[in-house]
Amino acid sequence: MSSTAGILASYEYLDSTVDAIEKLKKAGFKGVKAYSPYPDHHIEHALGYDQSPVRVWTLVGGLTGTATGFALTIWTSMDWPLVVGGKPIVSIPAYIIIAFELTILFGALSTLIGLFILSRLPDVRSAVVYDPEFTAGRYGVYVEADSGRLDEARNILNGQEPVELREGEGAADA
Amino acid sequence: MSTATKDRIERGALPHPDVTRLDDVNRDVLRALETPGKGWWALFAVAVAGLGVFAASWGWQMYRGIGVSGLNSPVGWGVYITCFVFWVGIAHSGTLISAILFLFRAPWRQAIYRAAEAMTVFAVMTAGLFPLIHVGRLWHAYWLIPYPNSRFLWPNFKSPLVWDVFAITTYFTVSATFFYLGTIPDIAAARDRARGLRKKLYQVISLGWRGTDQQWHHFGKAYIFLAALATPLVLSVHSVVSWDFAVAIVPGWHTTIFAPYFVAGAIYSGVAMVITLVVPIRKVFGLEAYLTTKHFDAMAKLCLLTSLIVFYAYLSEFFMAWYSGEEIERTTFWNRLFGTYWWATWIMLTCNGFVPVMLWFKRVRHSIPALFVISIFVNIGMWFERYVIVVTSLHHEYEPFAWGIYRPSVTEMGILLGSFCWFGFWFLLFTRLLPVVAIQELKEVLPPPMRKPTEARS
Repeated sequence: MSSTAGILASYEYLDSTVDAIEKLKKAGFKGVKAYSPYPDHHIEHALGYDQSPVRVWTLVGGLTGTATGFALTIWTSMDWPLVVGGKPIVSIPAYIIIAFELTILFGALSTLIGLFILSRLPDVRSAVVYDPEFTAGRYGVYVEADSGRLDEARNILNGQEPVELREGEGAADA
Repeated sequence: MSTATKDRIERGALPHPDVTRLDDVNRDVLRALETPGKGWWALFAVAVAGLGVFAASWGWQMYRGIGVSGLNSPVGWGVYITCFVFWVGIAHSGTLISAILFLFRAPWRQAIYRAAEAMTVFAVMTAGLFPLIHVGRLWHAYWLIPYPNSRFLWPNFKSPLVWDVFAITTYFTVSATFFYLGTIPDIAAARDRARGLRKKLYQVISLGWRGTDQQWHHFGKAYIFLAALATPLVLSVHSVVSWDFAVAIVPGWHTTIFAPYFVAGAIYSGVAMVITLVVPIRKVFGLEAYLTTKHFDAMAKLCLLTSLIVFYAYLSEFFMAWYSGEEIERTTFWNRLFGTYWWATWIMLTCNGFVPVMLWFKRVRHSIPALFVISIFVNIGMWFERYVIVVTSLHHEYEPFAWGIYRPSVTEMGILLGSFCWFGFWFLLFTRLLPVVAIQELKEVLPPPMRKPTEARS
């Protein structure tokens, strides 16, 4: 039975971080995580990200808003037909404004919900694998490895001169 | 220093060359959250006192009824609606700076946008109070929400006032969301340096942000989409507000120019308000290295551009009134310039049309005290613009027997003053609780720390 353990390395330099990630990836390690004080596209590139599915949330939310706006205005006008100001019962130009506002509102809220779900927020449990320096000026690389490959992972991380290296029992999902 | 870095400093994207390390930004910005100085407490005391005046005035109006205001026939919209339009307008430049300039990749927005966005949220919170004050019977304000009443009658969605409810609530929700989302990584930065009660608070409101690759990846995309949604929203909100007027047939209101004219005016007043707020913040919190003359120069240019659009709108309104040959329209605009409220019109023209001419000069744009003074003139001018539109049009409509004079009452003045204190109260709390400059975005433009400088990646 093999157990997994996690190693967290803190780096001072961006290029060391990126190199460490690339080497870990090349060696075939799964579950490599990076921490950075700002979004960096070199790190994203090294980890091999493509399009974020947040955009689907925005689109679906926005279209739901448009449909809701028109449905609400048209249905309520038909439900109790009253001529106001000599306008048609269903005045599409006026209802475009409501539909527009709801498009934006639903689109924005659903983007936010999508973001929260995709990036597992909120998560206020105190993190095992974390260093407060990651919001200041340091980068972090975390990798989980089977006990058999632990030394290999440690060597790769050490090869890039980390400021600090921490090890712990695995399955930290912070 | 590479040429790319030099160019970025030149364009105002990068802070002062003294700021080189990533954690310098944390140190400088988070310092503002430490023990407040006497100046802050003095301002806070003024704001709290003003809130007292606000509560007393509004309470008095609720107790006695809307009759304690100067509102009556024919001028049924006065200081309250003026304030509503003014504060919604103030909000606009925050979203312009945070969303539109983000999409356009304007390099100077990073240092300013957090304060501008906070201003937006608090200005909409202030604006949103005025319809509630104006309806008089606050306990019936929920009638504005679309729901079928006991007779299954829904709100009239053909009415601009209902559009307004949707526009303002959407604007508040979206701008607050956008503001909060952008602040989360910075709250996490504050959390990691705070102690005690503050740390607990930041732990909760940072939602456990850790800056992992996964979080940043989705965050970046979500931020772009929110900016893309906020951009048409900001242009629509003041257009909808302008239709509250333009859809009515009141002379002086019923024009097609209103939507662009209001949007330009909103951005104009908002940028001026950003200058008014950012000048003291820069001084008090020692952020001179981050908010440089480049930033003020850019804002001054934005102010100048929008002032020209606004002034052009004034002139074209006068011209069209004359050119239309319509007697009522002509009388209305003649009355604006030389009638009972001539002073309000001339304050508007002076502050919004003539004073900003000084911004053509580079020396003025680079002088922060001068900009501060000009921005206050613009704030005053833009408040009077709305007063002129609302009051001069209503007091002198079609029928001579229905003409009348409006005088704001003491209660209305108390509420006007109180609204500034309400806004100031929230803004002052913001400067103490959240980082006033976007830490994370400034780090994005700083040159990243490299072990092997020769092999620097682009």
